[in-house]
Amino acid sequence: MIRVQNLVKNFGEIQAVRGISFEVQRGEIFAFLGPNGAGKTTTIKMLTTLLRPTSGVIELDGLDPTVHQHQVRSRFGIVFQDPSLDSELTAYENMELHATLYKVPRGVRAARIEKLLTLFELWDRRNDLVKQFSGGMRRRLEIARGLLHTPKILFLDEPTLGLDPQTRNQLWSHIQKLNEAEGVTVFLTTHYMEEAERVAHRIAIIDHGRIIAQGSPAELKQQTEAETLEQAFLKLTGFSIREESASSLDQMRAFAKMWQRRR
Amino acid sequence: MDVIYVLWLRQLKRYWRSRGRVIGALGQPLLFLLALGFGFGPVFRKAGQGDYIQFLAPGVIGMTILFAAVFSGIELIWDRQFGFMKEVLVAPVPRLTIMFGRTLGGATTALIQGFIVFVICLLAGFRLTHFEQVPLAILFMSLIALMFTALGTAIASVMSDFQGFQLVINFLVMPMFFLSGALFPLMNLPKLLDILATIDPLSYGVDGIRAAFVGVAHFGVRVDLAALFLLSALLLGVGSYLFSRIEL
Repeated sequence: MIRVQNLVKNFGEIQAVRGISFEVQRGEIFAFLGPNGAGKTTTIKMLTTLLRPTSGVIELDGLDPTVHQHQVRSRFGIVFQDPSLDSELTAYENMELHATLYKVPRGVRAARIEKLLTLFELWDRRNDLVKQFSGGMRRRLEIARGLLHTPKILFLDEPTLGLDPQTRNQLWSHIQKLNEAEGVTVFLTTHYMEEAERVAHRIAIIDHGRIIAQGSPAELKQQTEAETLEQAFLKLTGFSIREESASSLDQMRAFAKMWQRRR
Repeated sequence: MDVIYVLWLRQLKRYWRSRGRVIGALGQPLLFLLALGFGFGPVFRKAGQGDYIQFLAPGVIGMTILFAAVFSGIELIWDRQFGFMKEVLVAPVPRLTIMFGRTLGGATTALIQGFIVFVICLLAGFRLTHFEQVPLAILFMSLIALMFTALGTAIASVMSDFQGFQLVINFLVMPMFFLSGALFPLMNLPKLLDILATIDPLSYGVDGIRAAFVGVAHFGVRVDLAALFLLSALLLGVGSYLFSRIEL
């Protein structure tokens, strides 16, 4: 479903992604793990047509995202690290807008929106403004929205960041259910190793822009003779903390958090 | 077409639902109208220029639209990282369509804001002398709204955070307002001021509104229209180009 070969992305002098290759099979849940600044988000952005690769080949469902931009876009759903809902609109209005943007046929729109909102337990709150939603509800709505146009691939960039264990647990159950029922391929990143261990069929670990290990959770643990995936991860990527200099984006993120709490 | 419409509608809904902010944004024009309008009124009359409210009201309407439009354009900086724009930018929709939907939406809300201030001006004693030219005034107001929303979008497309925001307000938006002839007649000005007023896009907007409402013009309606159409087209072009190049 996804095929990546020798993918490279440079930002000026900085080499963010240095020639990575991997494949994700149809119907697989694939976790892309790595410390901060390893190149995870940059890779997702290239896979989802938001960034142009410096070099290398990407294929999504047999299509090149840099050439068939729109066809590729209609084949995946995405949940970003930062929120992307319109908080001044209701849950239902957010879904409707998405349906228009992705040209979901009018005849099936209402039924599909109802089905997804019910599945993610938001149907009762459909007419409430999103700004009144909790973090977990927003995340659920974003995932429901991402699935509205029946994508073949679902990208989840740290979907559980900042959520409590209950909400996280419920979210992954939903995603696993969907993956089994509809065969949606899932490509996810997360910092919670136990989550990856629980849901992912296969894992790739990226560090300093290179993939340093690939395999099922069991294989990775075996390779590193570790008890848990977290130990395996630390053995592979080392114990030193990656200090990123605070970017203007981080400042805006801090501000966004403050702002949300006040409401 | 569908997409342009829903993006436009979205901004109208947002506008309607944030009434608190709407009222807040009326504070500034109100202050200008009251403090300057009534404060400078006697001096203006003594100088033989007639009723200052009659002169000032079109300027304050222009200012309201200028600020509302630029802000709605600049909102994009926030919106593309923490808001809905990100969702729109990955959708299988041409960037040009998104740009038009967004700009039309922003321009419409700016125009509504201008209308509200127009009504307030009427309450403050502003009187129309040319009723038949109200449609012309609306055309001028729409052009200002469109032009400055496009300008805001263009600026937001190249700015990655709010660091430069203050710079834009103090060195672009404020000067455009103060030098536009919104507050004083553009006659017998010092050379430098005269040049600045002539290259200021808002000058033609305010002049046009004033010509339509009260029949007094500095450049003349034709020059105003030509300048605004040209500048709107130019800024929409530049805005669309920069918008299409946004990478997240």
